Amino acid sequence: MSAHDGEAPDVDPVTGYETTGHDWNGIKELNTPFPIFVITILGLTVVYSIIAWLLLPAWPTGRDYTRGLLGLDQGEMAVAGYQRLADGREDWMARFVAGDFDAIVADQALMAKAMPAAHRLFLDNCAACHGTDATGGPGFPDLADSDWLWGGDPATIAETLRVGINSPHPETRFAQMPAFGHDQMLERAEIETLTSYVQALSTGQADPDGEGGTLFADNCASCHGDGGVGGLGIGAPSLVDGHWIYGGDRATIFATLQRGRQGVMPTWADRLSEAEINLLAVYVSGLAAEHEALASR
Amino acid sequence: MIRSLSSSERQLGIALSVALALLGLVMLGAAKVGPMAVHGAMAIAVGVALLFALGGGLAEPEPRGDRLARYYDEPTRFGIVMTMIWAVFAMAVGVWVAALLYWPEATPLWPWTSFGRLRPVHTSGIIFGFGGNALIATSFHVVQRTSRARLADSVTPWVVLIGFNLFCLWAVSGYLMGSTQSKEYAEAEWYADLWLVVVWVVYFVLYMRTLARRNEPHIYVANWYYLAFILVVAMLHIVNNLALPVSLAGAKSFTIWAGVQDAMVQWWYGHNAVAFFLTAGFLAMLYYFLPVRSGRPIWSYRLSILSFWGIVFFYVWVGSHHLHYTALPYWVQTLGMTFSVMLLVPSWAAAGNAIATLNGAWHKVRDDATLRFMFVAAVFYGLSTFEGSFLAIRPVNSLSHYTDWTVGHVHSGTLGWVAMIIFGAIYTLAPQLSGRETMAWPRAIEWHFWLAVTGTLVYVVALWNAGITQGLMWRTYDASGALSYSFLQSVMAMAPYYLLRTIGGALFLAGAVICALNTWATMRSARAGAEAHDRPLLPGPALPEPAE
Ligand code: HEC
Ligand code: HEC
Ligand code: HEM
Repeated sequence: MSAHDGEAPDVDPVTGYETTGHDWNGIKELNTPFPIFVITILGLTVVYSIIAWLLLPAWPTGRDYTRGLLGLDQGEMAVAGYQRLADGREDWMARFVAGDFDAIVADQALMAKAMPAAHRLFLDNCAACHGTDATGGPGFPDLADSDWLWGGDPATIAETLRVGINSPHPETRFAQMPAFGHDQMLERAEIETLTSYVQALSTGQADPDGEGGTLFADNCASCHGDGGVGGLGIGAPSLVDGHWIYGGDRATIFATLQRGRQGVMPTWADRLSEAEINLLAVYVSGLAAEHEALASR
Repeated sequence: MIRSLSSSERQLGIALSVALALLGLVMLGAAKVGPMAVHGAMAIAVGVALLFALGGGLAEPEPRGDRLARYYDEPTRFGIVMTMIWAVFAMAVGVWVAALLYWPEATPLWPWTSFGRLRPVHTSGIIFGFGGNALIATSFHVVQRTSRARLADSVTPWVVLIGFNLFCLWAVSGYLMGSTQSKEYAEAEWYADLWLVVVWVVYFVLYMRTLARRNEPHIYVANWYYLAFILVVAMLHIVNNLALPVSLAGAKSFTIWAGVQDAMVQWWYGHNAVAFFLTAGFLAMLYYFLPVRSGRPIWSYRLSILSFWGIVFFYVWVGSHHLHYTALPYWVQTLGMTFSVMLLVPSWAAAGNAIATLNGAWHKVRDDATLRFMFVAAVFYGLSTFEGSFLAIRPVNSLSHYTDWTVGHVHSGTLGWVAMIIFGAIYTLAPQLSGRETMAWPRAIEWHFWLAVTGTLVYVVALWNAGITQGLMWRTYDASGALSYSFLQSVMAMAPYYLLRTIGGALFLAGAVICALNTWATMRSARAGAEAHDRPLLPGPALPEPAE
C-alpha cells in the first residue's frame, strides 16, 4: 500500500535516503538527490553537439539546411580523398597510362613498386575466376603457364582485358569451340575416335596418319594448329601441353566435342582504368616466368 | 487454460478461432500456391486446433467464482514457454549460420537452407520470437503486480500471445520459402504485417485498460517503459512497412518508400527497433525484476525520470547513424551522430541506476546467479550503449561500418543485455508462478550463468577483433599508395574469429538449453492449482467487473 501523508518518512537504512513514499508490490524508489556529475556530463554532450552543429551541416531550414562554418560537403570530400590517393600513386602509375611495356618491364625499381599493387588488384578482380595463384580451375584458364589462347605479351593481354572474350563489349574477342556432335558435323563414332586422339595428343602418343589424325587435320587443325599445338592467337588452346581448361578425362573431352564450349571473360574497360589494365597485363604476363622459376627451385 | 475461462469467454474464443480459420481459408483460396497459401493453411490449422480445444472444454465446469479477485498468470506461463522454445530454436539457427560462415562449403544444396534465408530466421526468431514473447509475458505479469489489478479481461491476452506467435511463425517460415520484403528486421510480407498491427492494437488496448483499473495511485516506471515499447513499435512498424502488394492473392509487395528515403525510413525503424523493442521493454523488466530479486529500492527516482524521457526523446533522432557516408545528406548524419552522443547520458543513467540499486545487496549478487544475470545485463547495457554512441561518431563509423564490429556490438547488446535480463526474469518468475521457492534445479542456474557469460565474452571479443582487423585491412595503404590488402585477404583473415564466434555461440546456446529444461522441470513440478505466491490482488476499484 502506498504510504500516506503524515506518516513518518520511510528511510532506507543502507543509503540513508528517504523513499518517495510509493510502494508497488514491494518495490520502492529512493528520493536520492540528483547526482551533479550526470547533469555535468549531459551538459558536456550538449556542448559537443552544439559545436558540431555550428561547424557541420546540421539543421534543415525548409528547402535548405545550415551549411556549418567549415563548409564541408561529403561528396567533395570523397572526391578529394580519392584524388589524394591517386596523387600518391601518380609517380609510378603515370608510367602505366602510357603503356610502354618494354620500358616498364625493364625498370626494376618501378616493377618493385608496382607488382605488389598489381597482385592485390588481381586478387580483388580476377582471383574469383582464375584462382588466388592464377592457375585457373575448371572452365577458367591457367594464366601462370606459358600457353595462351590469345597471347601472353603485355599488349595482347591488355587488349584481352579491355574487350573481354565473348563479352558484351562491341569489340570483344570472339572464340567458340563448335558443338561438333550436337550440330551433327561429326558422327558419334568419329567423336569417340577424336576423343582418344586428343588424349593421345596430350601424352605425345598420337599417330597423325591414323584415322584420328586425319579427322583432326580436317576438322580441328584450322583452329588448334597442326598437331594441336595451338598458339594461333585466335582463342583456341594448345591440346598438347597437358594443361586443360575444362578437363582431359575422356568424359569431359567427349562433352567438349559433343556440345562445344564458349567461355566468357568479362570486359574490364569500364571497371578498371587504362593504367590498371596495363598494370595487370604486365603482372599476368610475368606470371609464367615467375611460376617456372618457383617450380625449378 | 480453458478451465479458467467462463463459458461466455469460451464461446467468444470459439468465435475467434472460427474467424481465424476462415481468414486462413480466404488466404489459401486466394493464393492457392506459394507462401501466402502455406500461411493460410497454418492459420486454418491453428484455428481448428483452438476450436477443438475450446469446444472440448465447453462442458467443463465454470471456473472458481473468486477468479477475478486473483492475478491472471496463465498467459504469462504460456508466454514463458514460447520464449524458451523460440530461444532454443533461433539460437540453434544462429549457431548454424555462424558455422556456415566458417565452413561455407557445408551449405546444404536446398534453397531453403541457404545462408541468405537462414540469417533472417535467426534474427527474427531471436528478436521477435524470443524477445517479443518474453516482453509480452513479463509485461502481463508486471502490469498486474504494479497495478494490483487483474488483466482487464481473460480473452485478449490469448489473442495477443497466440496472434503474435502466429506472426512469428509466418515470418520465419516465409523466409525459408524465399518470401521477404528485403528490409532488415522487417522482412515479413504485407499480410503478416497487417496481422501484427491488429495484434498490437489489441495488446495496447489491453494494457491501457489494465492500467486504468489499477489500485495504485502512481504508475510504476516499468509500465512507462512497457507502454513506450508498445506504442512506438506500433508506429515504427506501420510506417516502415507501408507497401503495395503486387496482388491481394500473393505474398509479394513493394515498399512505398524509394531511394534514400527508403534507407532512412528503414533505419529510423531499425534503430528504434533497437531502442523500443530491444531496450525500452527490457528496461521495464530490469526496473521490475532487479528490485524484486534484490529486495532493494530503486536507487534514484529522479534518474529514472531523466533516463526515461532522455531515452524516449533522443532515440528517435539517431537512426541516421546507420547511414554515415552514404547518399543520405550530411546534415542528417550530423544530427544522428550528435543525438547518439547525447543519448549516452540517459542510457548510462539507467544502467547506473540499476547497478546502484544493488548497493546493500552485493552479497546476494555473489550468492544468487539469478540476480547476477540481472547485474551482468545492466553492465552489458552500459557497455553496449557506450560502444553505440562511440560507433555513431562519423570518423569512428568509417572504421567500423560494414565490418563485424557492428555484429560484435549487436551481440554485446542482445546476448549480454537482452538475453541476460530475460534469463534473470524467467528464473525469478518460473518458480513464483509455479508456487515454488526455487527453480527445480537451482544449481543449473549457476552453470547457465557461466556458460552465458563465457559465450558472450568469447563471441563479442572475437568479433571486436574481427571487425577492427577488417576495418584496418580495408583502409591500409602501402608506401607506394596502393591498398595493402585485397578484400579476399581480409575475408581469409576472418577464419579464426568466425570459428571462435561459433564456439561462443554454441556455449550460449548450451546455457539456453539448460534454462529451457530447468524451466520445463519447474513448471511441470507445480502443484495442481498452484497459485503464484505474492501479495494478493486488491479488491477492485469502483470499476464494474465484466459480466460473467
Ligand atoms: C567471371 C570470370 C572471370 C574473371 C573475373 C576474370 N576472368 Fe579472365 N578469363 C575468364 C575466362 C572464362 C577466360 C577464358 C575464355 C575462353 O575460354 O575463351 C579468361 C581468359 C583470360 C585471359 C586470356 C588468357 C589467354 O590465354 O589468352 C586473360 C589474360 C585473363 N583472362 C586475365 C584476367 C584478368 C587479369 C582478370 C582480372 C582483371 C580476369 N581475367 C578476370 C574468366 C574470368
Ligand atoms: C572454330 C575453331 C575451333 C575448331 C574448328 C575446333 N576448336 Fe576446339 N576449341 C576452340 C576454342 C576457341 C576452344 C576454347 C573454348 C573455351 O575456352 O571456352 C576450344 C577448346 C577445345 C578443347 C578443350 C580444351 C581444354 O583445355 O579443356 C578441346 C578438347 C578441343 N577444343 C578439341 C577440338 C577438336 C578435337 C576439334 C576438332 C573436332 C576442335 N577442337 C575444333 C576452337 C575450335
Ligand atoms: C546508446 C545506445 C546505442 C547507440 C548510439 C547505438 C549505435 C549503433 C551504431 C552506430 C551501429 C552501427 C551502424 C552501422 O555502422 O551499420 C549500431 C548497430 C546495431 N546496434 Fe546499436 N547502439 C546502441 C545500443 C544498442 C543496444 C542496447 C542494442 C541491442 C540490444 C543494439 C543493437 C544494435 C543492432 C541490432 C545493430 C545492427 C544493425 C545492423 O544490422 O546493421 N544497439 N548501433
